[in-house]
Amino acid sequence: MKIDRRSFLGLGLGAAAGVAASPVTWKLTDDISIWTQNWPWTPVPVDGEVTFEDTICTLCPGSCGISVKKVDGRAIKIEGKKGYPINDGGVCLHGISGLQYLYDPSRVRFPMVKKGDNWQQLSWDEAIALFAGKIKELRDKGAADSLACVVGTDKGTVAGLYRRFLTAVGSQNFYTVDNMEKSWQILISKMHGIKASAAFDLANSDYILSFGSGFIDGWGSPVNNFLANSSRKERQAKLVQVDYRLSNTAVGADVWLPAKPGTESYLALGICSAMISSNLYNAEFAKSAGKNFEAFANFVKEKYAPELVSRTTGIDAAKIKEVAADFAKAKSPLAIAGRGKGESAGSVMEFAAVHALNCLTGNINRAGGFWTVEEQELLAWPSIEMDDAAIKSYAKPPVGAVALATSQESGSAGIFSAVVAAASGGAQASTQSILSSSVSKLFEVINSSEKSPVELLMVYNANPCFTLHNAKAVKDAINKIPFVVSFSPYMDDTAQLADLILPSHTSLEMVQDVCSGGCVAQNIIALSKPVAGPIFDTKNPGDAIISIAKALEGGISSSFPWETFDECIEGVNGDNFATLSEEGYIASELAPPANPLIVDFSLFSNFKGATPLDGDEKSYGLTLVPVETIRLASATLASSPFAIKTVEDTVLLQKDTLVEMNPETAKQVGVSQGDYAIITTPVGEAKVKVNLFDGIMPGVIAMPEGLGHSNGAKGEVITKDGSAMPSIGGATSIITVTGGVSKKVAPLENRYIGGKGVNVNELIGSVTDPVSGLDAAWGIRARISRA
Amino acid sequence: MSELKKKTENGSVDGAEDATSNEQKAGGDSGVGMGVLFFIAAFAVCFLSGWLLFPSLLYSKKEQPFNFNHALHVEQTSGCESCHYFREDGSFAGVPKNSSCMECHESQLGDTKDEEIFMTEYVEKGIEVPWYIYSKQPDCVFFSHSAHVVGAKMDCVTCHGHIGESESLKPYQENRITGYSRDIWGESIWGIKKNPWDRMKMDDCAQCHQEETGSKGACFQCHK
Repeated sequence: MKIDRRSFLGLGLGAAAGVAASPVTWKLTDDISIWTQNWPWTPVPVDGEVTFEDTICTLCPGSCGISVKKVDGRAIKIEGKKGYPINDGGVCLHGISGLQYLYDPSRVRFPMVKKGDNWQQLSWDEAIALFAGKIKELRDKGAADSLACVVGTDKGTVAGLYRRFLTAVGSQNFYTVDNMEKSWQILISKMHGIKASAAFDLANSDYILSFGSGFIDGWGSPVNNFLANSSRKERQAKLVQVDYRLSNTAVGADVWLPAKPGTESYLALGICSAMISSNLYNAEFAKSAGKNFEAFANFVKEKYAPELVSRTTGIDAAKIKEVAADFAKAKSPLAIAGRGKGESAGSVMEFAAVHALNCLTGNINRAGGFWTVEEQELLAWPSIEMDDAAIKSYAKPPVGAVALATSQESGSAGIFSAVVAAASGGAQASTQSILSSSVSKLFEVINSSEKSPVELLMVYNANPCFTLHNAKAVKDAINKIPFVVSFSPYMDDTAQLADLILPSHTSLEMVQDVCSGGCVAQNIIALSKPVAGPIFDTKNPGDAIISIAKALEGGISSSFPWETFDECIEGVNGDNFATLSEEGYIASELAPPANPLIVDFSLFSNFKGATPLDGDEKSYGLTLVPVETIRLASATLASSPFAIKTVEDTVLLQKDTLVEMNPETAKQVGVSQGDYAIITTPVGEAKVKVNLFDGIMPGVIAMPEGLGHSNGAKGEVITKDGSAMPSIGGATSIITVTGGVSKKVAPLENRYIGGKGVNVNELIGSVTDPVSGLDAAWGIRARISRA
Repeated sequence: MSELKKKTENGSVDGAEDATSNEQKAGGDSGVGMGVLFFIAAFAVCFLSGWLLFPSLLYSKKEQPFNFNHALHVEQTSGCESCHYFREDGSFAGVPKNSSCMECHESQLGDTKDEEIFMTEYVEKGIEVPWYIYSKQPDCVFFSHSAHVVGAKMDCVTCHGHIGESESLKPYQENRITGYSRDIWGESIWGIKKNPWDRMKMDDCAQCHQEETGSKGACFQCHK
């Protein structure tokens, strides 16, 4: 017997035949095919009961009703809530991607304090004790007024608690980041003499004349406007868009009036002039409600005749007259103002010029018209107990006070000649009547002072380092403030510069009351309920404030008699709360004010023309304007990963922002499509790419707003016990060991948006509006050259 | 034949080997005999291992968290659907959650060790029981209980067998490659079934569909 190669051959063949005749091959083939079709590392969504929970979207002031679809209790999808008065089942791209904000990689997982370049994890008790200690220090040295607070809006119970806290501590330095709603309120108080918000019944108007408002680009209450726009054809309603570029709204409009940027108010007055001259206005209404109407009529006829306006705006006089005639002929014409999405305050006088058109038609407080929605005291707060220290420091004016001259009424007919004196600085304010304080002014004053007059800053639901004009200067100011506390759920541009972060729940994790905003013609209060989480060690900001107040002595602690925020929101909402919890919202009919409306045209005595641009024309030959589009979130929240994917590569190409310019402008400055260019303005410069666009007028450069978020926190997060950072979606923490302490590199970067593009707000400076004291900048002078 | 050619054919240049090789040819080719022997031996080993050893290697046995007496529960309630019910929206609840169990088991009802484990380890700790599910299908398969049970009025037994009459849970045999239960392929490694509930592969679905509806159905009906 000899084993040779034939034996091996036999062995091999025998084995093969044996295996083939057994089920091994066939079974393994089947198993492997199942395995490859269901890779074990591919996450499989959990199956379970499907439920829907209704809540309110709080990503923008629009406050749409949403239905959150859950599987086995886990929120998986956001849909619009059918039958909800604002959006009736509709939802925007930011709304549907709301869940991504829950799992944002830049979410702050627990309270953290800055230690050198790094962040140290704190327990909530330690964090609250640290913050309360800082407040006590300020009060002990009699400097309670150097506590300041910036919040996104002053609506709702949470914001009310922040305001209350400032008052109880003894500081007037409470600021909101204002948008067009505030300017409309100021205008209504000046023109109609009542405390009310503006609302536009766009869904019932048959002629919308928009002065640069991005009606379908996210202006006001976006989904409400989408619905109004989609029914426009059926209703045979016309849309006329005044816009210096062919925006989406301009594309969808029946008439596009490309007026030169900054001349919108002149055009509005030109249309007024044409209406008055041709007797096309509602004379009865002007007579019964109008105050100083004659003066106004003469003023516009003389100064803003269509022929004169045509020169400044670039719109034909004949076209102006035609629009005036159509506007006057319409059944329910409506003029709207607030540039882009209406996220910046804007110029009150520009709003006044536009609103004069509404006043000339008398289409006010009726279907399809302009509505004045009187402010109701919805929340019943118990009185604040201010102790002596608080009363003393509360007497000091706010740091960001804007002193405004009282408007000088000119009774005489003819051309108004009053001069607006806008003094500045809190110290001189006593001689003037303070009408306003502005967050932009606050940071300006901090920057111009040798030592920051604000020693402790609280920031909630706002990202001033990104959204305010001259954002770089705002960052400088924040850096100058000795102690900054952020309540942001995310490591956003402002939180990155903070000293202490007390992370809030995201909107889907917390209860809060919301009022319909965005100038929507609906009167709704609603309750946003937690539909997920909390997935991290975060708190409702209301609870955080109550805990901080409780850690302080005397008046502050007793001004916050609630144990929890739940108790507080139920208490202050009173009888409404039961309905809010059960129904989710309370909608009431819009009602005209009890007294007949007065239209006081004397405001125009202060009309000094459009808000001027920063920078001299000689060194900066072009005009830079920001573009607000629906696809990019440009307010407090950054765009979601989903939203950023919808942005065209003519706006953002990889990491570069593209600026829009007319080929003619490009030829003049010597750049062509796709070139890198340096854009310089009086406040900053940036490297951008060029996108040529025939739809923008020569001499104007448009730059998208909402890009250029800074890219995550610098430094590492040192966890308490050296454990790994709670991760989202498998983000890996890199562990380094230094001196026996485990450190984790924080996955606090939002790489989906961070570091992409340039923030246009770093190129545009703020301009104080002489009427409101708010920031009225709408652009800036600029020059551009090939990089 | 030239010398060179001869050498090449035999694969050797050694004269002695040359002689042996010629001898082998002459002596009845015992190399082939060995080859056949090896073939048969290898065939037998692989064949038998494939049938007998392979199944036990392929599956690992796992015990359920605790025993469950289906027979007792069916007796106490009104049948399968008391626990494996359809939700209001028509979807099938599958294996009940603790909350369903607790409708009856608010506190311990009997004195079995298993119920005690359920109460102390799961209900009190608020943890759902991690049952191994014998009939679990891959994620790429869409199956509607409603269409079969409510629509076609099928009996649970047709697919799931007489599990409702069992007093204990058998060990879960997990396929080491796919992670699914042995019950899907069937107990028999041949893939042969005696009863409709012996297997739950796609062919079994198709067979029944062919018999009942005259068509195996289209891919997208189950693979959405």
